[in-house]
This record gives sequence, C-alpha cells and structure tokens, in this order.
Amino acid sequence: MAQEINKPRPASPPVGNALFSTTVDEDIEPPLALSYLEDQGDKIYTATQWQLTWWRFRRHKMAMASLGLLVILYLVAIFSEFIAPADPNIYDEKYAYAPPQGIHFIDSSGTFHLRPFVYGLKSERDMETMRMVFVPDEETMYPLGFFTVGKPTKFWGLFEMDRHLFGPLDPNAAFFPLGGDRLGRDMFSRIVYGTRISMSVGLVGILLSLALGIFFGGISGYYGGIWDTIIQRVIEFFRSIPTIPLWMGLSAAVPKEWSPLRMYFAITVLLSLIGWTGLARVVRGRFLSLREEDFVLAAKLGGSSEMRIIFRHMVPSFTSHIIASLTLSIPSVILAETALSFLGLGLRPPVISWGVLLQESQNLRAVATAPWLLMPGLAVVIAVLAFNFVGDGLRDAADPYAL
Amino acid sequence: MLQYIIQRLLLMMITLVAVSLVSFVIIELPPGDYVTAYAATLASSGDSVDQARLDSLRKQFGLDLPIYQRYLKWTWDILHGDFGYSFVWNKPVSELIWERIGLTFAISISALIVTWVLGFLIGVYSAVRQYSFGDYLFTTFSFIGLGIPDFLLALVLLWIGFRYFNTNVGGLFSRDYQTAAWSFAKFVDLLKHLWVPLIVLGVGGTAGLIRIMRANLLDELRKPYVETARAKGVSERRLLLRYPVRIALNPFISTAGWALPGLINGATIISVVLSLPTAGPLLLNALLAQDMYLAASFILILSALTIIGTLISDILLAWLDPRIRYQ
Repeated sequence: MAQEINKPRPASPPVGNALFSTTVDEDIEPPLALSYLEDQGDKIYTATQWQLTWWRFRRHKMAMASLGLLVILYLVAIFSEFIAPADPNIYDEKYAYAPPQGIHFIDSSGTFHLRPFVYGLKSERDMETMRMVFVPDEETMYPLGFFTVGKPTKFWGLFEMDRHLFGPLDPNAAFFPLGGDRLGRDMFSRIVYGTRISMSVGLVGILLSLALGIFFGGISGYYGGIWDTIIQRVIEFFRSIPTIPLWMGLSAAVPKEWSPLRMYFAITVLLSLIGWTGLARVVRGRFLSLREEDFVLAAKLGGSSEMRIIFRHMVPSFTSHIIASLTLSIPSVILAETALSFLGLGLRPPVISWGVLLQESQNLRAVATAPWLLMPGLAVVIAVLAFNFVGDGLRDAADPYAL
Repeated sequence: MLQYIIQRLLLMMITLVAVSLVSFVIIELPPGDYVTAYAATLASSGDSVDQARLDSLRKQFGLDLPIYQRYLKWTWDILHGDFGYSFVWNKPVSELIWERIGLTFAISISALIVTWVLGFLIGVYSAVRQYSFGDYLFTTFSFIGLGIPDFLLALVLLWIGFRYFNTNVGGLFSRDYQTAAWSFAKFVDLLKHLWVPLIVLGVGGTAGLIRIMRANLLDELRKPYVETARAKGVSERRLLLRYPVRIALNPFISTAGWALPGLINGATIISVVLSLPTAGPLLLNALLAQDMYLAASFILILSALTIIGTLISDILLAWLDPRIRYQ
C-alpha cells in the first residue's frame, strides 16, 4: 500500500463496500494517509486531484498570504484609475519632490478627528542649507474620505469616471501619500498605474514562454531522438549566454518612434524568450517520465490518436507542475522588465511601469533629497517575493499524493 | 573523458557561431549603417558632410558588400583582433574594451567565490542548527535576498552611503588611481572599493545557495547511515564532514555552470548604477548612441567568455564527478 501512495494516480473512491453502502467501512485503510488530509473526513474518498492540491496548498501559510497579496496587486492593476487618487500625468512644479504627507487623526492642538486628514504643504527656506524645503502647513487641513469625487479619468480609456477609492474631499487639495516626483506628480498614483504594466508584462511574457516551452519541451520529451538532441542543445545555448547584455542590444534596436502599445508588445516578446528554457525542461522531464506509464500504453493500445494521448491523458497529470514552474518564472520576467526600463532600454515614458519610475532614482542627488523615489522598488520586491512564495507552495502541492 | 571534452568543444564552436550571428544582427538592426550614423554626428557638430568621403568610408568598411560577405568580413576581422571602429570615442574598439571586460570578469569571479564560501558555510550551519535563531535569521535573509533585484540593492547602498556617511560608495578606484597605471597600490585601492559590488552581486546567489545546501544536507542527515555512524561513536564533526556534506555538495557544485551567466548579467546592470569602470556603462552608452560596433563587440566578447567559462566548469565537474560524463 505504501508503495502505491507515492504514485500519481486518479483519485477514486475505494471499490467494494463503498459501492453498496453510503457509509464507509471503518476497517478499510484510507487511500491516502497524509497529514494535510486529517480534518477532511470522508471527503477524501471522493476528492478530485485539484481539491487535494488545494487542501495541501492551504497548509502553506506564507503561500496563502502571498496569494492574497497577488490578488490585491492584480485588482490594483485592473482598477488603477479607480484606486489611484490622482491622474499620474498631472504635474505641478510647485510640488516638485513634495515629501509624503502623514495621515493624521489628531491635529496639532490635540483634538481627535474621526475623519483622517492631511496637512497642506508650504515651502520654507531652510536657513542652514539655504534650500527650499516643504513643511506641513498646520493651518490648512484636508479631510480624507473613501469613494471621493475627484478629477475625472477615463477608465481603461472607455468611459469617464470621477469616483476614486479614497482621496481628499476637496478635489483641488494637494494629496501626496507617498510624496511627489521631479515634476510634482503623485508617486502613489504613479506606482498604482505602474502596477498595471509591470504585473501584466510578467503575465503576458510568461504565457508566451509557456507556449514556446510546451511546444519545444513536448516535442523533445515525447518524440525524443534527434529532435530531443537539437532542442536540448538550443536550450543549453540560451542558458549559457548572459542574457542581459544581449537583451540590452535587442531592445535598443526597437525603434524609438513606435507607439507605446507596440513597444510594450515588442519588449514583452523579447522578455518571453528568457523564461521558456526552464519551462521546456520541466515539460520535457514530465513527458519523459509519463511516456513509460501504463496508462499511456493502454491508451495507445486502445487506439487513441497521438493528440488525444498528449492532451487527454498526459497533460492533465502534469498541469499542476506547469502552473508551479510558471509562477516561479514570472518574477524573472518582472525583474528583467524593471531592469531594462531602469536602464532606459525597455519601456519609455509616457508609459508608466515600475522600472520606468525607478529611472528617476538614477540621479543620486535626487534620491538623497527624495528617498521616496525608491518606493517603486519596494513594489517590485513585494511582487517578486509574493510570486516566489506562491510558487513554492504550488510546487509542494503540485503532487498531492507525495508524502 | 576525452570524448566528452571533444563533444563539448564542438558544441561550444556552434554556440560561438550562433552568438556571433546574434551580435552581427544587433549591428545590422538599427536603421541606416555606420556611415549614416557617422554623417549624422558630423552634421550635428556643424561639420560639412562630403558625399565622396562617405562613399569612400563605405567602401573602406565594406558596407557596399552583400550581407553575408559583410558578416564573413566582420568575423574574419575579429579573429585578427580588429573589432571595428567606435565613432563616439573615435578609437578602434579593441583599444576600449579589454580592460573593462577584464574588470567585469574579475568582479564576477570574485563574487562567485564569495557566494560559494558564504553559501556553503551558512548552508551547513543552517542545516546543523535547524530551527535555531541563526537558522531563522538566515532563512529570512535568503528569502529577501532572492526577492530584491541587485540594481535596487545597489541604489539603496548608494543612497545610504550618500545620506548617512556622506561618501560615494560607487566606482572601483579612488580619484588618484582612476587613470594611474596598474601597480600594487592601485590593486590595494581596488580591493578597498570592491566589497560594495561584491555584496550587491553576492546576495542573490548566496541566498539561493544557502537554500540548496540547507535542503540537501537536511535530507542527507535524516538517512540511517548517519544514525549508524553516530551509534558507533563517530565524532559529530567527522560524522558531518565525512559523508553528508560531501554528498550534499554535489548539486551545489553543479550550479557553478550557470552561475556565471547570471553574474555577468548582474555585473552589467549594477556597474551602471554604481558607475564602475566595467563593460556595463560603456555598453549601455554605446547602445543608446547606436555605436553598434562597440556594443556588438561587448556583447560578443561577454557572451563568448561566459560560454568558455561555463565549458571549463563543466569539464572540471565531469572530471570530479564521473556520473556526469555518462548522462
């Protein structure tokens, strides 16, 4: 029995008694004696593989927390216009490098306000360094609220909308929760809009990688022979060259006069070429091990076509592994986009991505006066860590039958 | 063994040809050719552009030939040490690149050694003292180290140095030594500046290696033979180093092959941030200015040397571990 547990196989109710009675015979050993199944009771007899995977994944606390974080990040990416309190391109020289405003409940005289507020900003000359610095103006208070009416924006460029998730009640108030940049644009709103580009580059890039990986890995693993050798060598080639100098060269060749959308796709296609080798290896390995399984032989003898064997019998048994390694390779695409854009070779303004935002921090003096220019970097780190944890959890859960 | 080496050498040749093709494509991709770009610089600096001179330049560089002949001429010249001409610097490319490439590899290989030593020591410690305070500390560190992009770490270090210590941690040499010829004093000066890029480059790799080493060693320590040895009274130290560490090292060493490309990647970006006199900044400027001969030479040489480095490490591995030869 213990031997069989290790083998992936479709979960099925135990044959015999269970077929005739609705209650499970206590004497029958449960098909899976795994710690994560203890609290599931009789349900384990009928659970599908995906249910088992989910139960196992749920046990990984960090992965669950990170999954929640990723959901939030993608919601931010989808509803950027609604979540960002300001238009990311509206600039006001008056507020260049404005510091982040603290959100207060208690004002300077010690009175408590139920509604949070920020102080206005005023410039003063620092008598020591003779530079203009911002100080909170305790005379003016801008109360904040949820679902405030602000400046109208076009949601996905489709329809006008003036509601925002939160913001100052007065639409003309200066509001910089994470400070302002060189042109006095709101950093927080810019990071929110950057989420859309950065998170989707990861996803779109990795889907292209997946297509390449499954195609080449599948041919390599299923057919073997000369094709396997050739594809393996190509993969080795890709893994032995330093990609960044090469990608810098290729993306520098993308014409500068291309429209932002075209540019975005060109960069995404370039980036997808990074991730596919790892995926192809995983797919190939799975095909190689499954090719020898009895159920594949059975399907072959039963007269199934090649396509049916691949897509009906083989692919479903390693989909979870593919999803796990997909999740683990998204960070490298996000990081590559950030690095290329940071160097000025990837996406370019007016497109807003985290990497484009970080370009501003190349100027050391600017960073010294306005350290909040590094905030987009924090967003990158959070996204990358979240993907890593979810990927780790998925990898552990991908084979729910393993001990 | 000899067969394995020959096989790998042949493969390397093919890879090198592929890399040279890609580099050549990068030269050819931008609209116009070298001479148009040269004419544009002349025009922008107010010099008159003489069509006859441009034509003679085209002829001199062989730009009037069909594309495959241009490729052959380009590779032939490179094999003879001529990498073309940088019109931004107004110098032959070969005068510009070698010192910078040398420094790039010096930094990358030092980072590799630091990564290995730290990854090994911390990994063994974490496995032996599993769930101790130190283990948790290093595990947290390795998760963060894996998530933080190296150029961001470089930026943060720069900012901390500038803001709190009022020094610039970038660069590889003090001002006095920047243009000085190589001497022992210059080398000492280099060592004083080297630790910042080494930390930045090493963090990601060390973090990964700690996790690999810890997991492998933990698997190994749970095996019955360890228990048997302990029951027989073998000292803990000997017990640890004699077999479990040696076996756990295997996958650890096999990561060496692909560590080099990653380090070259990292070194290219962080040297832009830290303004190190390595290949990165010059490559970036060459690309932004479309100084294509310079850019392509960098890409070609960085890739070629990485491939050769990977080959050497593969051969060393096969020599250390006979199983690899038969895979």
